[in-house]
Amino acid sequence: MYQTIKFTIDGKECIAKKGQYLVDAAKENNIYIPTLCNVEGVKPKGACRICTVKVNGRLMTACTTPVAEGMAIENNTEEIIDLRKSIVELFFVEGNHFCPACEKSGECDLQALAYKFLIMAPRFPFQFPVRELDATNPKIVKDHNRCILCKRCIRVIKDEEGKNIYAFKKRGHKVEIIVDPESADKFTDELAEKSMEICPVGAILVKEKGFSTPIGQRKYDKVPIGSDIEKVTKIKNEVL
Amino acid sequence: MGTIVETILKKYGNDSTRLMDILIDVQNEKSCISDITVKEIANGLNISMADVEQTLSFYHFFSKTPTGKYTVYLNDSVVAFMMGREKIAKAFEEAVECKFGEVSPDGLIGLFNTSCIGMNDQEPAAIINNRVFTKLTPFRVKELVKDMKAGKNINEMFSASTGDGNNSHELVHSVVNNNIRKEGPVLKDDIAQGEIIEKISKMDPEDVINEIKDSNIRGRGGAGFPTGLKWEFCRRAAGDQKYIFCNADEGEPGTFKDRVMLTERAELLFEGMALAGYAVGATQGILYLRYEYKYLQEYLEDVIKRAEEAGLLGRNIAGNKKFEFNIRIQFGAGAYVCGEESALIESAEGKRGEPRDRPPFPVEKGYLEYPTVVNNVETLCSAVKIMKYGSEWYRGLGTLESRGTKVLSISGDCFHPGVYEIEWGFTINDILDMVGGFDVQAVQVGGPSGTLIAPNEFDRILGYEDLATGGSLIIFNQNRKLLKDVVLNFTDFFIEESCGSCSTCRIMPVVMRDKLVKIMDGIGVAKDIDDLFEWGEILKASRCGLGQTACNPIVSSINNFRDLYTSQIKTAKDYETGFDLNLAVQEACEATNRVPNI
Repeated sequence: MYQTIKFTIDGKECIAKKGQYLVDAAKENNIYIPTLCNVEGVKPKGACRICTVKVNGRLMTACTTPVAEGMAIENNTEEIIDLRKSIVELFFVEGNHFCPACEKSGECDLQALAYKFLIMAPRFPFQFPVRELDATNPKIVKDHNRCILCKRCIRVIKDEEGKNIYAFKKRGHKVEIIVDPESADKFTDELAEKSMEICPVGAILVKEKGFSTPIGQRKYDKVPIGSDIEKVTKIKNEVL
Repeated sequence: MGTIVETILKKYGNDSTRLMDILIDVQNEKSCISDITVKEIANGLNISMADVEQTLSFYHFFSKTPTGKYTVYLNDSVVAFMMGREKIAKAFEEAVECKFGEVSPDGLIGLFNTSCIGMNDQEPAAIINNRVFTKLTPFRVKELVKDMKAGKNINEMFSASTGDGNNSHELVHSVVNNNIRKEGPVLKDDIAQGEIIEKISKMDPEDVINEIKDSNIRGRGGAGFPTGLKWEFCRRAAGDQKYIFCNADEGEPGTFKDRVMLTERAELLFEGMALAGYAVGATQGILYLRYEYKYLQEYLEDVIKRAEEAGLLGRNIAGNKKFEFNIRIQFGAGAYVCGEESALIESAEGKRGEPRDRPPFPVEKGYLEYPTVVNNVETLCSAVKIMKYGSEWYRGLGTLESRGTKVLSISGDCFHPGVYEIEWGFTINDILDMVGGFDVQAVQVGGPSGTLIAPNEFDRILGYEDLATGGSLIIFNQNRKLLKDVVLNFTDFFIEESCGSCSTCRIMPVVMRDKLVKIMDGIGVAKDIDDLFEWGEILKASRCGLGQTACNPIVSSINNFRDLYTSQIKTAKDYETGFDLNLAVQEACEATNRVPNI
């Protein structure tokens, strides 16, 4: 038996299992907290900071913070919304994101969040970094222009012995994702598919696979990101 | 007979959590860690090459390409520039015939920049093959390069005299100076070795913690968490092993007091670690020492060995069967962020120095998942003194909010840079008086993550209630160009030292730097200053203190030296607000039935 606790999000009373991460607890109470780096069931990393909420007045990431009795959480306040919006904008200026030409358009969490936050132009100047497109791997293409360094691939994709295939190289704004140089042979079709799926943007693509689902029929083409959580029954009907 | 790498791997039991030690040894043996070596290490530790690569590429002192038979790391912190670094760099480049960031064509000498090496009171300074050379002059540079070209051993390259105190000890043999200008109760050498260990070994560990709690001492690294409480949490946490870490990774530019305490009061520090171990029930201590202080290794290891021989470390300490404590030294490899306690633990586990998410806190789950206390050098030394003279004595020092004393590292434009131990509660004016500050334009309190304050605030006091500091004070006279010499340098420091894990800290300082340069170039507008101020807030969503304070150089200088910004911007009306995007898109929005939302 688990212990049930009470807490509030923007004043609304919520119930959760003790120790559950805030982001999951909110979801069970039909409240959407946006995430980019989080993967359900995988140890959270708090890298993208998009799920930042205020817990008893302090900024915390909802994906890494276990919920506790009596927590007062601010989620949809003006301050938090603007903070999240600015973080999405930061991602757009950090890399080179050209949505119309991207294979992941419509399936991309970053793009979907930009729509959700009604971003027209980022407040920050674009950095226009010179980044590489790496197609040396027989199965996948890595487009560093689109990578938001969320570490999802590092945390989720492992080889048969459980060793890391993806890793971070360097530090600070020079950080980039590398693929283990000895892993080329280990790359099965399944592993490549899984890599593309786990990438929230279009930075990891399976070769010759980009447009298998036509534009217009993709995940976020019909409903905005998070709507499955915010209006559970309604969306289910729509999908059916 | 195995290869060099095999021997090193074996030395550390082929344990992947000792990857830092392995990489350090390989780097020192081979002067680089090539792809073939990475593969050998990965195979030996049964991890992937990518895993080795991600640790290796994180740290500044590791290199995949040869760094030269002689590797020069020249400090590029603010004070180094103030003391003439540019001339030194030029002298090196001319004598070696290559640029910084390169190795001479014959592969003999490599020239590299490095963040503050903890020698601010004797700049310009450089590290050459793990030895420190201070107070460099262009003449001295010529001499050094000549010696290198002659193939001299690094220890033969010192000038005739070594530094003061233990810097002249045969195991240190360094030209570094302590410059202790004012000794207070913590620095004072007034304890017989083993005296306190003997005393506490007869006490209940809970009573030791209570004594520390009663003293109200707070962490000396800068964050100021109550030390007694930290020990208590760790003692209460479940775990069959517990660890005491001493954080000797002082990387905040302008700080060097830990280096002096390590040189002169190592016995005191190790007793402090043993004391903490006894109090929380930990039998293993790790001194996490920044790589810049590698020259102290042999000396510190000898102090540990002598303490073991004296029965003050090891088993049955002071005849108490329940008192066991061992200490080993863990080196970093050049990463400021590892001074953050959870990043330090990650690094000690052989990983990238990325701070962890909290909770859980290190006192619950720290090194190798065991409850861990991380304390600053000065905190641990102070704890020994508290156990000698009592908590009441300690509470009598300092102010109500900030008990005790603070060891300060003071550098920049003053007559007597060096280490001073004073009680909390003195004003900046008092301190300038003490160190002989002259013609002062500004004082940076607490390093880049602290505050840049102006003369109208020099009556503010040092203490957790006002100007909290880990101990670094840098003084700037009227000739210094604060934006270029200080704010830009500090911002570059944060960009260089960010771990890159959080989006905010990875991207925001770069964006803000561009805007700062825009203003410095004379093409900024009023809105740019407001933007910088507002954007700094976004960094508060970062995971650790480095990210949260990365905007402080810019924001605190806007707060206290706004004129420096407003005097450089364009004020013609057209430039004031940029253009009105709402207005610009109004027509289009009406046509498409959308609402402008900007």
